[in-house]
Order: sequence, then structure tokens, then C-alpha cells
Amino acid sequence: MDSQVIATHPEEHAEHEHSPYLRHHFANLEQQRETSTFGMWLFLLTEIMFFGGLFCAYLIYRNWYYPAFVAGSHQLSIALGATNTAVLICSSFTMAMAVYSSEMRWRKALVGWLLATIVLGGVFLGIKAVEYREKWEKRHVPGLNFSAAGFTHQDPNYPEDKPLAPDMAEKTQVYFSLYFAMTGMHALHMIIGVSILIILVIRAWGGAYTQGHMTTVENFGLYWHFVDIVWIFLFPLLYLISRHQ
Amino acid sequence: MSTIVMLPDQQTASLPKRSYLNEEYGLKSWLLTGDHKRIAILYLISITIFFFIGGFFAGMIRLELLTPPSDLMAADTYNKMFTMHGIIMVFLFLVPSVPATIGNFLIPIMVGAKDLAFPKINLLSWYLYVLGGILVLAALTLGGVDTGWTFTTPLSTHYLNTHVITAGLAIFVAGFSSIFTGLNFIVTIHRMRAPGMTWFRLPLFVWSHYAASVLMVLGTPVLAITLVLVILERVIGIGVFDPAKGGDPLLFQHLFWFYSHPAVYIMILPGFGVISEVISTFSRKRVFGYTAVAFSSVAIAVFGFFVWAHHMFIMGVSNYSALVFSLLTMLVAVPSAIKIFNWSFTLYKGSITFETPMLYAFGFIGLFTIGGLTGVFLGSMGMDIHLTETYFIVAHFHFVMVGGMLMAFLAGIHFWWPKMTGRMYPEGISKLAALTTFIGFNLTFFPQFILGYLGMPRRYAAYPPEFQVLNVLSTAGATVLGVGYVLPLLYLAWSLKYGKIAGSNPWQATGLEWQIQSPPLTTNFVETPVVDYEAYDYEWLANKTKHEVQTVG
Repeated sequence: MDSQVIATHPEEHAEHEHSPYLRHHFANLEQQRETSTFGMWLFLLTEIMFFGGLFCAYLIYRNWYYPAFVAGSHQLSIALGATNTAVLICSSFTMAMAVYSSEMRWRKALVGWLLATIVLGGVFLGIKAVEYREKWEKRHVPGLNFSAAGFTHQDPNYPEDKPLAPDMAEKTQVYFSLYFAMTGMHALHMIIGVSILIILVIRAWGGAYTQGHMTTVENFGLYWHFVDIVWIFLFPLLYLISRHQ
Repeated sequence: MSTIVMLPDQQTASLPKRSYLNEEYGLKSWLLTGDHKRIAILYLISITIFFFIGGFFAGMIRLELLTPPSDLMAADTYNKMFTMHGIIMVFLFLVPSVPATIGNFLIPIMVGAKDLAFPKINLLSWYLYVLGGILVLAALTLGGVDTGWTFTTPLSTHYLNTHVITAGLAIFVAGFSSIFTGLNFIVTIHRMRAPGMTWFRLPLFVWSHYAASVLMVLGTPVLAITLVLVILERVIGIGVFDPAKGGDPLLFQHLFWFYSHPAVYIMILPGFGVISEVISTFSRKRVFGYTAVAFSSVAIAVFGFFVWAHHMFIMGVSNYSALVFSLLTMLVAVPSAIKIFNWSFTLYKGSITFETPMLYAFGFIGLFTIGGLTGVFLGSMGMDIHLTETYFIVAHFHFVMVGGMLMAFLAGIHFWWPKMTGRMYPEGISKLAALTTFIGFNLTFFPQFILGYLGMPRRYAAYPPEFQVLNVLSTAGATVLGVGYVLPLLYLAWSLKYGKIAGSNPWQATGLEWQIQSPPLTTNFVETPVVDYEAYDYEWLANKTKHEVQTVG
């Protein structure tokens, strides 16, 4: 193979050598940026596999215990879930604007958009907490506080749903186990995201990320959008099972 | 054709004044380092400690099995012994063994980079490993775990009152260390190669680490979520694996083996890389069928993800899926055989010399072949029903993991010891150690094939008296094997101070790592190398050394 084809010339690197953001082991800033973005995408791939295990479990149990999943799903509040979906989509927008501000080197706009993202992330977690509390009150937390009694009777809100047989009613525990595992793991990612955002805001206030080195904000944006997309899958899978009945 | 290269006399070699070892001094300079070579040394020390802790448990297991009744320890203590042996050896030794030590040290150098892509994440991965190790030791000192390293549900979630949560967390944390190592390698190999270092000029060591890294990155997160579910089931009682609540324990098996079967390839693929380098160097020949060996690593990584259910033939999976998984399992034998045949052809008409790494490599080829072929026995369903959960399976995976991987690890450590430390290990005693290991290994594990075939089950502290002779042989072998492992520890430590000075290329090998001083500078290269030759090109090396005098910085 011809080495000339891919060889980059070492002389080219000299002009970049004085950039304060260039880590010693990279040849130039472009290589540094490409490397960290590639690393971030790869990390998101591991995240897909992490959630993938849960989605796989969901797929299997939903096929086995479909009536229990329908009944369980009907206990969730569409209004709260939809609001949260809207909140997260807005937060993805504010995050994208933060990346744009970083690119444009607008320090105050960057801080503003990052703060907006934190607020929206906080709203999402708050609404989630309200939902969890409601589950606790309805005794729908498997293991800690659970009763299948509600599922063996007719639900007045869904007059067309037939009450479940006692053994199928027990299976709603699998639905709620997955509900808590999936939304819990998602919420954990949100909490990690908000914590990182707080650090980003403090540093952005000090002028970082608006002087030409924006990879950190860009990569965090990828993470935030990823967490958002996970929710976009969770919402229909958990909240919208057979709502037309 | 093999080419003999003559390099300047080793007697004239001297230790370089500056190297990564004396760039900075003090504990802090090691614990906060970003240098991949120093992190590799940190890993080497920590995995060695855990190897000997895990080895201690192996010794206790063999000691208990010396006599038929469970007399040395109570049955539940024995359960804890083999569980701790498994957890420590799999997660704290085998998975990080070659990649985190030798791979960490060499991959940036082999691709011509100054460091891995993410030095801080590399250090973080070592700290996560240490945290995982501390959690394992905590579980151990608090009273141990007795689920077996497989954490089988519902045994682990409902019926055992030991420290499953601590051990599960330990593996979760150590798993992230492995994910970060794999991620770092993939990004480095993609983005940090020196000018002219094309994919097909990479040493096969790099190819096999690339394949193993893909498995680490894609497989380990699935183990992580599985352990999270087990822990949640134990702590708050969610019902994903609990039949009483509608969950299915078999799902745990699927998710666990989806990682833990590829994990076998995470462990063995880096070993393949070491063997390629060693065989090529001591045959003075390019590896036969370079492209085939490179792609066979990738093929193993791909097939490795589609064979997991062969661990579950007796667990009530459907016959049809078992049939498919059985077939796919046998497919893995193809790329593995490609490697073995290509190494054998590399030896053919080579100028073979028998240095210690080569002896370990020969041990690897023989023992791995036996281990691999007995894997085909176990992959065929009829045989598996008879042999699974017996000592046959114990012997099979120890042939692959100890006879294969540990031999490869020791081959690699001896081969690159002069590069890592700048000094040679003592040749005579190390050959003796290699021989001791080989003899001890066969004596320990070959009788276990027979025991398993005769029906002795694994994981029991007691056995019928008719199995005693073979068990005594096995325990005797374990003693010899133990000596074989303590010897390198002693003489390698000795060589740090008293070993002969190695010079930059004691093996007269090709590859970028042999063109820089030993031990290397912190930045590896004085200036970025430009690569215009193939890997293992001994003709090129012969021409180069004709014109150049070795420079030592």
C-alpha cells in the first residue's frame, strides 16, 4: 500500500503547536476534536447496549403478559408523561442552542441556554418524582409496596378493559418492575446530566468554551440528546400501550 | 523465507539517562500519572496481587479435594472458596490481564502515538479497577459470597444470605474500567496512528486488541444492567427474574451469558495478539497469512456474540434454538483454527530459537488447541448434556484460560519485559519456570477431563472415593503449577536491579516498540515516526540495520 496516500505531513502541525487547548499527545486540534467526538459516540454505543438489556426484557415480557402490560400502562398518567416528553424535547432545543452559542463565542448566551437546560431537566425530574409518589400511593411498587387487588376489578376509567384473572394480575409486577428499572435508569442519567451541566455553567461563566474550544459542550450535547431519545422510546412503550381501547 | 538480522552487540548497551521511569519521582507522580506506560505498570502490580489472591483460593480448593469427604472446610466455606476464585480470576485478572498491562503499554507505541487517546480516562479506568478490587475484598472479609461467579438467579436473589450486593457492585465498577479501556483502545487505533501506519501495517497484536475492545465496549454494558437488575431484585424486590412475580430466571441466564461468553474472547483475543508477535519474532518470519489472522480476530469477535446459549443447553431452552447455537458454536472453531494453522505455518522454515517467550507460546498453541477442541465437544448438544456441570467443563475452560491465556500473558511479560524495564530476565531459570508451568498445568487439569467424563460434578466439596487417585494427581499438579507461578514473580523482581541491560532491541524484532529506547521516553518517540514498511518485515529490518547505528536517547 502506498504510504503517500494517507501520510499527513509533520510540518503542517507546527502552526498549531501553541494553542493552549492542544493536549501534548495530539498532532493538531482537528485530530484532538475528532478523537474526542469519536470517543463520545462510542460511549453512547455502550449506553445503547446498557439500555438494550432492559428493552430486551421489556420485549419478551410484553409478549408474554400483554393484558398485564395494558392494565399497568393504563395506570400511568398520559398528561404527566406527555408534559415530560415536551419538557425534554425543549431541553434538547436549549442544549442545541447552547452548543450554537459556544460556537458563536457568545458567553452570556451560552450560560443562559445551559441554565435553561438545567431548569428543564429539573422540571422533568420533579414531574417524575410526582409520578413515583402516585405509584407509591396506589401500591404499585413491586417488592416494597404492592397490591394486585386493583387489577382484578373493573377500572371505571377504562370500561372496555376486562378485569384480569388473579394470576395475570400478579404479572403486573413485572410491568411495574420494568417501569421503575427503565425510568429509574433514565432518571439516573438525567441526574448525572444535570450535575455535569452545573459544572459546565460554572466554567462557562468563567469564559471556557467560548474561545474556540467547544468540544466539551458539543460532546455533552450528544449525551443530553441521547438521554432525551431514550425517553422518546420509553414514553410510548410504557405509557401508550393500547390506549385506544 | 526467514531473515536473520544482526544488530549491534548487546554488551555495549547502556541504560538511557531519561525514561518514563525516572521522568518524575514519588508516589504522587505515579498515582496521578496520565502516562499509559505508568498506568500499565500500576495495572501490572494490581493484577499480580489479585492473581495470587485468586491463586490462594485455587490452592484451597485443590487441598480440600485431596480427600473424598469434605473435611478441610465446611461445604459452604468451600462454596465461598470457588466463588471468590472465579470472581477474582475472571474479573480482576483475566479480563484486564493482557489488555490493561501489555496492551496499555504497547498499543500507543505500536501505532506510533505519544499516548492513548484519553489519558485521564485511562487513569480513571485503573481507579475503577482498584475500587472494584476493594469491593471484592470487602465482600470477602465481610464473610464472602457463595453464588459461584455466575450469580445464578434465583439462588443469588432469594436463597443466599451472603454479600451478593457488594460483589455485584464490585463487578459493575470493574466492568466500567474494562469499558473505558476498550473505548480508549478503539479510539486510539482509529485516530492516533502515525503517518503511513495503515490498517494492514498494524501489528497483529493491535488487531486482536481491536477485536477484544469491540467486545468489551458492546458486551460489558449488558452485564452492567443485568447486575443492576439482580441488585435491585435483592434490595427492593422488583420481579424481573423472580418467577413468583412473573419474571423468568432464564432471562438472567441469557443476559449474563450475552456478556460472559464474549468475555471469554475478551480474555483470549489479546493473548492471540501476544502469540502472533512472539511466534513471528522467534521464527524471524512475517506471520503467515497476515490478513487471515487479522480478520480471524474480527470474525471471532462477531461470532462470539451469537453463541451464548450454548451455556444453557440443559436449562430448558428450545431444542431449535439450541440447534442453531450449537452450529454457531462450532463456527467459532473456524477462525480459531485459522490462527493455529497460520502460526504453525509461520514456524515452517523459520529460523526458530527457543527463548522463554517462545516456550510459553509453544505451550499456548498445544494447550489452547486441546482447550478449543474440547469446546467443540461441549458445543455439540448430546455430549454437552453428559459433560456440562462436570469436571470436564472445568478442565476445558482452564485449558483455554490458564493453559492458553495465562501462558500468553507470561509469554508477553517475558517478551516485553526488556522494553518495560530496560533489563533482561534471567534466561536459564525462566526456561525452567516455563517448563514447570507446562508440566504442572497438564498434571493439574488433564486428570480433570477424565474425572468429568466419569461423572464427577463441579462445585462440590465431597466426592466418591473412586475418584481420589485422579484428584490427588490434580492437587499434586496444582502444587507444581504454583511453583511455576511464584518463580517468575521472584526472578522478575530480581531482574529489576540485577538483570542484564537489554538495549533497545534485544530480540532483533521488527515493530515500532523495538526502535525506541528501553525503557521508553515519556513521550515514546522523539519525533513522530513515519511508517513505510509492513509489519514483521525482517528484510526491511536487515536493510535498515545495515545503514544505521542504533541510537539510544
